[in-house]
Amino acid sequence: MQYTKTPYQQKQFIDVNGAVAGSLPVTINDDLLLRSYRTMVMIRTFDQRVVALQRTGQMGTYASCLGQEAIGTGIGLALGKEDVFLPYYRDQATQYLRDIPLHQQMQYWGGNEWANHFTGTSIQDFPNCVPIATQVTHAAGVASAMKIRGEKRCSLVTCGEGATSRGDFYEAMNLAGVWQLPMIMVVNNNQWAISVPRNIQTGAETIAQKAVAAGIEGFQVDGNDVCAVYDAVHYAVKKAHSGKGATLIEAVSYRLGDHTTADDATRYRSHEEVNDAWKREPIKRIQTYLHERGLWDEEQEQTLQEQCKQEVEKAVQTYLSQPPQPVEDLFDYLFEETPTHLVRQKQQAVEKLAKLGGE
Amino acid sequence: MGMHENIATLSQQHKPVDSKTPHVVTMIEAINMALHRAMDEDSNVVVLGEDVATNGGVFRATVGLKDRFGHRRVMDTPLAETLIAGISVGMAAQKLRPVAEIQFMGFIYATMEHIVSHAARLRNRTRGRLTCPMVLRAPYGGGIHAPEHHSESTEALFAHIPGIRVVIPSSPTRAYGLLLSAIEDPDPVIFLEPKRIYRMVKQEIYDDGVGLPLDTCYTLRQGEHITLISWGSMVHETLQAADKLQQQGISAEVIDVATISPLDIDTLVASVQKTGHCVIIQEAARHCGVAAEISATLQEQAFRSLQAPIARVTGFDTPMPYLQRENIYMNSASDIVDAAVKTLEAS
Ligand SMILES: Cc1ncc(C[n+]2csc(CCOP(=O)(O)OP(=O)(O)O)c2C)c(N)n1
Repeated sequence: MQYTKTPYQQKQFIDVNGAVAGSLPVTINDDLLLRSYRTMVMIRTFDQRVVALQRTGQMGTYASCLGQEAIGTGIGLALGKEDVFLPYYRDQATQYLRDIPLHQQMQYWGGNEWANHFTGTSIQDFPNCVPIATQVTHAAGVASAMKIRGEKRCSLVTCGEGATSRGDFYEAMNLAGVWQLPMIMVVNNNQWAISVPRNIQTGAETIAQKAVAAGIEGFQVDGNDVCAVYDAVHYAVKKAHSGKGATLIEAVSYRLGDHTTADDATRYRSHEEVNDAWKREPIKRIQTYLHERGLWDEEQEQTLQEQCKQEVEKAVQTYLSQPPQPVEDLFDYLFEETPTHLVRQKQQAVEKLAKLGGE
Repeated sequence: MGMHENIATLSQQHKPVDSKTPHVVTMIEAINMALHRAMDEDSNVVVLGEDVATNGGVFRATVGLKDRFGHRRVMDTPLAETLIAGISVGMAAQKLRPVAEIQFMGFIYATMEHIVSHAARLRNRTRGRLTCPMVLRAPYGGGIHAPEHHSESTEALFAHIPGIRVVIPSSPTRAYGLLLSAIEDPDPVIFLEPKRIYRMVKQEIYDDGVGLPLDTCYTLRQGEHITLISWGSMVHETLQAADKLQQQGISAEVIDVATISPLDIDTLVASVQKTGHCVIIQEAARHCGVAAEISATLQEQAFRSLQAPIARVTGFDTPMPYLQRENIYMNSASDIVDAAVKTLEAS
């Protein structure tokens, strides 16, 4: 059989103007629409505040998710509580929906290891993954464990489009195909891997088509349409739960901010491109749609904005008032039982801290 | 037309570099200068890595190279470290001189298979028929409040591998000279750049294209009472410690190891034979660090000169903590002074 180009029609329900061609999928009701909208506004408020904290020296390097809120939100709303989420570092919305409070997310970027001590829905979730694409292989391992035990659960892993160039990504996807793993890969294709644009990252026309070689299903969705993301993830989760294997979802979006607060994107991309991308950002369109449906009004909007500000401010205060982790904690979590040499080093560290003035 | 000529036509006009005027530069600028110089002088030198071309590297080490030498010699690769190391081996076997950047040392581990099993062994496996003159550059070390995986010092992993050089500059001058030599070296070099001092000090450098010798230590300061041995960013604190010790009437010899593998043990032995006391300072975790190797060898070769046990000032055997606790992991000049004083008191 010859490989022919698959027509990867990007799935979209709500277009950039907030219009719906036809009808929304049955998976999406009014309540879900409103939750999606509220979550995205909350996360944008959070995101901008964290960037501001970094600029004033109260936060470490931070990777903003500006413009990609729909991806994390769609995933967070569609993924089951029993499923396992393996994030990269732009999944603030999913983590928020999986019970990781905003102040705890700040703590991560602020440099405190307790930030990864999850509870609630995320108790089995992995922490943010920094070594690019490595988490995809872990997701395959998590899914393998579920399959071995015959559980009706799945793993969902995220990464950027740049990550899909790494062997880890291909290797894990290959396994997902050959072992029919209950696993979902969502690629946040925000067009840039730091300064490297999508078109010099891969010669493949889409990221989604990489699934073809692995023998799994892959498709593109408009990553700025929360309904499209939700519907795709919902579909893939159901499929995984019913033993029908893995799915690759390419969520097409745009990184509206710098790569991280340590980056200056004006060095490598034009204002025109960014301005143009703003026209497709995910929040405005659903707001318009909700207004038109009569599900949302100005008063509700003002209340929401106020709520988001307050909740984020509360998180900031909690974050700022937390002391750094105890020095002992550097040593106590490497092994279940701390070996002798580390017990001794721990004592030295405590003395060193005292010498430094105890802070 | 041979490969050599082919590549030569790709670079722009050979631009003679002014080597008479001194440049006052930081370490990162010195690295950038050396890369320009090396590419200018040898058309086989190519630069590759993530974000190195258009962006000029996340630390700006490769800024300007793409404009000057073109995208065929200065390449943004896909995001794939295994690939970066692997293609460097292939390019080097074809007699190019790839200088590959791994964005942070925390992401270098995927290159290990190519470094350990291929780069380090190609000459040996082919009895000299194929060689691997590649350089793998990576910023390393802590102290810049970076996110997790961006601050480790795992140079010992590479120092343990037979068949490669591991070179670490500690100043703009040595960064310039050692990098030029690393690129000219006929064998693979892991070139680790202590990023904490990328912009810490400026030095006057002549862009004369003259390399500094590899496989040799640099004695930065002569002393009589104690030998302080270090490399990378900790050389900075070690020199400060020597100043403080001087105020107490203690004369410390300071040696920058520079090439941690292979080790110039003779210089170290000679110094310890003179002073009888030694403290080794590394930023890295203690266990199986380069300090342990140096200490063991000094004990073998200078045992009779030692008047006190060799001391080590190192990091803890933990990962580099997230930034709020980085200060506990890192050592300061006063930690080195304490260790030196204790060592002298023990004799
Ligand atoms: C293995 C590895 N190599 C390099 C890096 C440095 N780095 C951090 S993010 C990034 C680009 C990632 O791009 P992409 O996968 O598209 O995700 P995005 O950040 O754009 O969301 C790079 C090169 C890293 N973290 N891990």
